[in-house]
Amino acid sequence: MSTGFAIEDLGENALLLRFGNTLDPDLNARVHALAGELGHDRPGWLLDIVPAFATLALCIDLEALAGESEPLEAVRRWLAARAAGEIRSPKEAPGRHHVIPVRYGGSDGPDLEAVARHAGIDTDEVIRRHTEATYRVAMLGFAAGFPYLIGMDRQLAMPRRATPRTDVTAGSVGIGGAQTGIYPRRGPGGWQIIGRTGVDLFDAARDPPALLGPGDTVSFISDTAKTEPPR
Amino acid sequence: MSIGILAAGLQTTIQDRGRPGYRHLGVGSAGALDPFSSMIANRLVGNADGEAVIEICLTGPTLQLARAARIALCGAQIEATADGREVPGWRRVDLEEGSVLKLGACRRGARAYLAVAGGFDLAPVLGSRSTDLRAGFGGLDGRALAAGDVLAIKAGHHRALNRFEIDRRWIDPAPDLDFNQPAVVRVLAGHDALREPQQLFAGEWQVGAASNRQGLRLQGPCLALADAGERVSEPVMPGTLQLPPDGNPILLLADAQTHGGYPRIAHAIATDLPRLAQLRPGESLRLLPCTRAMAQHLHNDQRQRLARMAIAIDQAPALNELR
Repeated sequence: MSTGFAIEDLGENALLLRFGNTLDPDLNARVHALAGELGHDRPGWLLDIVPAFATLALCIDLEALAGESEPLEAVRRWLAARAAGEIRSPKEAPGRHHVIPVRYGGSDGPDLEAVARHAGIDTDEVIRRHTEATYRVAMLGFAAGFPYLIGMDRQLAMPRRATPRTDVTAGSVGIGGAQTGIYPRRGPGGWQIIGRTGVDLFDAARDPPALLGPGDTVSFISDTAKTEPPR
Repeated sequence: MSIGILAAGLQTTIQDRGRPGYRHLGVGSAGALDPFSSMIANRLVGNADGEAVIEICLTGPTLQLARAARIALCGAQIEATADGREVPGWRRVDLEEGSVLKLGACRRGARAYLAVAGGFDLAPVLGSRSTDLRAGFGGLDGRALAAGDVLAIKAGHHRALNRFEIDRRWIDPAPDLDFNQPAVVRVLAGHDALREPQQLFAGEWQVGAASNRQGLRLQGPCLALADAGERVSEPVMPGTLQLPPDGNPILLLADAQTHGGYPRIAHAIATDLPRLAQLRPGESLRLLPCTRAMAQHLHNDQRQRLARMAIAIDQAPALNELR
């Protein structure tokens, strides 16, 4: 695993720490290991720690650092020291495991057959492969609580729909390229929808509001019982 | 005390200073698009900076006051009357019980802010009263205001007299806010270089009709990247200038998504976000290169001007004491 990193400006009140430019599980594990470390002794000026696939943004309250003549430089040094230090093995990265029941196919998964055709396998095999893998929440983005899950069987990879759907149902489980994900809320979306879960992924009134945290792991089970539609 | 919404306006939302701390969960900051104007509106009515205000986009709502109230309107120049009497912006105005405050079209600028003494009695969600329109929470049920809504007002320090009265003093928002065309917006370098970097600064950019609280769609010269290779999604911020494949940049505003896959070619400085919030579809802007040191300097200057305004407002004799 490469231990190199670079720190870039992200506007005037955020820094971006870069481990790489690719969707690489090792780089992503490193992102979450460092995010966990930074979260442990979190200074008051650190507003947000935002993990992505191979990068990590820090949003900074410059007014809390008003005593510093070069506040962003001070933060850059603080971050560099931690990124260069001994980070715990990514295998020990903090995170919980979640098992999510999914109803595959039919009206819940209108693109399941298209994914099967694209992969050259039958729909049962798509479900078997989709439920067999353990995924990591590489990041939450696009929408509140939307998980980008990496670790999918390569054969299930399929490009996004040429024309996005205007109305994807809440709880829809989709495939976008090499990733799988879940739409927390009804809305437009371009991923291939293969199933749906009744699990509520995001509720602002809940603590924490998002069911899944960045760095958590997820597996799916096929749920043939009738599910209540998510709120 | 409460305010009833008789007509909604184009997109009238409750906003405060935004919702930091949740970008890792995919939750953006939201908050007033023009924080400069909303802060002054709050100060004029004696509210703390963090109180929620009503943000008005291009066409305003019609509201009815259940009790006498002190208000202030800042930001865009907006047509405003209370029972037919003109209500000027950038100053304290006391309105009587039962007044109908009719806010019409924004004549110049795009976002006006209405602060009410005491502030809106709404429960914060994830630490903020701002409406997150994309995620559907915060403000009033996570949505724009609609006719028939009723907003409760907290008791303020000031007990408004039951009469229509306009303070003779006003705040001049220049140089932080003007409506001159083209607007001048200063930007810091982004991560992704353009094939012809000077193209960004050479001409004027037009604000596209599809612009909203998430971002301004800019139309101008078609830009190309030095390196057009594939990219994976990375964090983005309000102020980030993204370049989608069609070559027309998007300047992200307060409702920016937390991550984006498009290249980041520049970042507008925080000092100029209020001016960006006031741009109307079809209006023009110019981009100027800026350094981080200059951005920090400009931001400190703006903060000092705001602090001086706050002192001037606090030291001015109360409206009722003038007689």
